[in-house]
Amino acid sequence: MSEHIKCVVWDLDDTLWHGTLAEDGQVVVRQEVVTIIEQLDRRGILHSIASRNSHDHAMNRLREAGLEKFFLYPQINWGSKSESLAEIAKHLNVGLDTFAFVDDQAFERDEVRFNHPMVSCFDALDASALETVASIQPRFITQDSAHRREMYQSDAHRNQLEERFSGPKEEFLASLGLKFKVANATEDDLRRAEELTVRTNQLNTTGLTFSFDELKSFISAPDRLFLVASLDDRYGTYGKIGLALIVLEDEVWRIQLLLMSCRVMARGVGNVLINLIRQKAKDAGVRLEAEFIETNRNRMMYMTYKFNGFSESIKNGDHLLLDGSLEDIQSPPSYIELDAKNIRIPVTG
Amino acid sequence: MSDQSAVIEDIREFLGQFVSDPSVPVDQDLFGSGLVNSLFAMQLVLHIEAEYGIAVSNDDLDLDNFRSLQAIAGFVGRKRGD
Repeated sequence: MSEHIKCVVWDLDDTLWHGTLAEDGQVVVRQEVVTIIEQLDRRGILHSIASRNSHDHAMNRLREAGLEKFFLYPQINWGSKSESLAEIAKHLNVGLDTFAFVDDQAFERDEVRFNHPMVSCFDALDASALETVASIQPRFITQDSAHRREMYQSDAHRNQLEERFSGPKEEFLASLGLKFKVANATEDDLRRAEELTVRTNQLNTTGLTFSFDELKSFISAPDRLFLVASLDDRYGTYGKIGLALIVLEDEVWRIQLLLMSCRVMARGVGNVLINLIRQKAKDAGVRLEAEFIETNRNRMMYMTYKFNGFSESIKNGDHLLLDGSLEDIQSPPSYIELDAKNIRIPVTG
Repeated sequence: MSDQSAVIEDIREFLGQFVSDPSVPVDQDLFGSGLVNSLFAMQLVLHIEAEYGIAVSNDDLDLDNFRSLQAIAGFVGRKRGD
């Protein structure tokens, strides 16, 4: 349970509410559970549902109680709960090792545990303990975490549009009006930057984490370029979704860390950021290298480097050093408007 | 040979999910011509792995293997050992 919990999946009958909806007709919502959901929601923890019930009946009850808005991709059906959890993880694009599952039935918890041993399972009786579980306590709450649910809801809306869109992906992406902004990190970005380094596993080139003070020192360091990226489209903001930390030496720049929130995986902005850095290195007249630490989850980032002019130069176990060509730098695709005009390169030496 | 043209048609169909006109010559440089970008290359790798049950290794992740419909079909053929 070393991973941070990002999503709590709730059972309904005798967990979120007292009683069994299908049998009792009327059920009373457990106020102590609602309080926890609200608290965790403010911390940026997402919520969903895995319940064996009639979908419409249960959703109506949640709507009546004013709780519907808290739950992303609720799975209310007659299938197994492990399948429901897998479905939610797929939609949210986060790993099941960041999931907690709350159910009053030991049988259901065992079924989930058997199929997904990485999920943290809790008895509904212990729901109030969730609040104090260490892995569910972010060290601080950023603007992005407080709005996380809304951002995921916008994503759900976009995903629906994308599913209904019959033309090629490129036309769909063009319809979004994507605006990708890259700028030097400021003090306001530090907590979010630290949060991103902890939360991001898949689209993370090295998995290196830094303390708040270290990150702060990089802002003004003459030998560091510390970039933060944000993405917006006509449906709203995706927030601050990426960062890059580059060590500047006289003749070579080395990308120590480059990461992107997995929510933006299908938008291709990782490629745009890498190519922006290549262009800046070329303008500065330096060589470009990138560190890479292989995990079993960050292959997409390896591909991003390889397909954007990088090749392996040194391999030491899981640690790779990649050499970046500064020729044939791809310009951003036409469906992304790139704003990088405010990037300042520190003067080294 | 018929196998290779089947792969080409499959990849062309996949390409059609990304761009409005996938009817390009089999030897056209998909990336150099600006038709697609590296995001497509990554999705293509995942597609090839799922569709043909082949494992694309780190060394295979070279844009030259995926540069044209012909190159992709050749790569799939080599990995399948036919």
